[in-house]
Amino acid sequence: MVKEIERAGIPVVHIATVIPISKTVGANRIIPAVAIPHPLGDPKLAKAKQKEIRKVLVEKALDALQTPIDTQTVFE
Amino acid sequence: MAKYKIVHYLNQFFGQIGGEEEANIAPKVEDGSIGPGNAFNNALGDKAEIVKTIICGDSYFNENKDEVQAAIKEKLNEINPDMVIAGPAFNAGRYGMACGGVAEVAYELGIPVVSGIYPENPGYDMYKQYAYFVETSDSAAGMRSALPNMADLVKTYIEKEGELGLPEEEGYLPRGIRKNIFADQRGSKRAVEMLVAKLKDKDFKSEYPMPNFDRVDPVDPLENVKDAKIALVTSGGIVPKGNPDHIESSSASKYGKYSIDEIYEMTPETHETAHGGYDPVYANEDPNCVLPVDVLRDMENDGKIGKLHDYYYSTVGNGTSVANAKAYAQEIAQELQEDGVQAVILTST
Repeated sequence: MVKEIERAGIPVVHIATVIPISKTVGANRIIPAVAIPHPLGDPKLAKAKQKEIRKVLVEKALDALQTPIDTQTVFE
Repeated sequence: MAKYKIVHYLNQFFGQIGGEEEANIAPKVEDGSIGPGNAFNNALGDKAEIVKTIICGDSYFNENKDEVQAAIKEKLNEINPDMVIAGPAFNAGRYGMACGGVAEVAYELGIPVVSGIYPENPGYDMYKQYAYFVETSDSAAGMRSALPNMADLVKTYIEKEGELGLPEEEGYLPRGIRKNIFADQRGSKRAVEMLVAKLKDKDFKSEYPMPNFDRVDPVDPLENVKDAKIALVTSGGIVPKGNPDHIESSSASKYGKYSIDEIYEMTPETHETAHGGYDPVYANEDPNCVLPVDVLRDMENDGKIGKLHDYYYSTVGNGTSVANAKAYAQEIAQELQEDGVQAVILTST
């Protein structure tokens, strides 16, 4: 899905946990996520803390969308 | 000939430990065969026997790959099997990646691996050189044919003492490996025959199929995210409570488009996940941890992004065929363009 949306000319950032799969499906801008069942949160933490983690990941995603790249890039 | 000693790798489900709620278990070793392993033992007769079964949760494997691979390497060194059977994994992405990961370890130890997989499973492309993957259907409904096909390949491997023929002759998927063989005709003659066949519009078979590099070049970045309209798309199956479009929990035949206009965060009362390929407890408790609406709304209010698009798109990426996912995304992309969306955040579980 990332590939087809990007093919249409819209930049896509993929937030995903299994990076090798993200690369195989052809995502160009990749943000490693927390875990498979909760990519943008960690249920071990309090709600406010979870939201902070989520905010950091989304900020990374927005930075990635503003970064020029030539090839598939994982934004650690 | 002595009986081949086999180690079988299974996930938590086929290892009969449990469903998604057990996808986080660390690898463990059991004596003898379990589940599909029993059918292998029956089919293999006096040729080979599964002596141990290694079971690991699909999420655990993929989230702790290096640690699990090291643990499995240690176990394989202890057991010292003649062969490893992994799966079959069908089109289950995490399971396919795990079977491939096991194959990689076994390969390093010089142990042959037979596995079963649907060719679109990312585990095949990633690990094809490490195992003999038998082609299976996309779901476990194909177990009935997958098991005898895999068992046949194991038997052939034993009979031929590891000297298997070409993929199509023996019934496994191409491994992307080149081997020197003696051909009946010299290369120039074969090439001219192919060319003549091509000119006559007749069938011919290339001896070196071109790899399929379907990559899309990165699109130019946004100049300023503060002015941009951003949309959310997910393969994590987040839907309004009750799943109004009945998106299937696996092999989804559709996607949904849902309004988040006036929605400031996802709550367990309003949204849930339809995905059947991961433990839904966390996503149902707090759907923002798959679809970060709360954070993006805050950013919109703070002027950090221009606008969060009024709709989000969702499907279930569990066993969904590449052809379907491609078609959904083409439709979604067209709508997003018409709505003036400038960038997409796509989340996957």
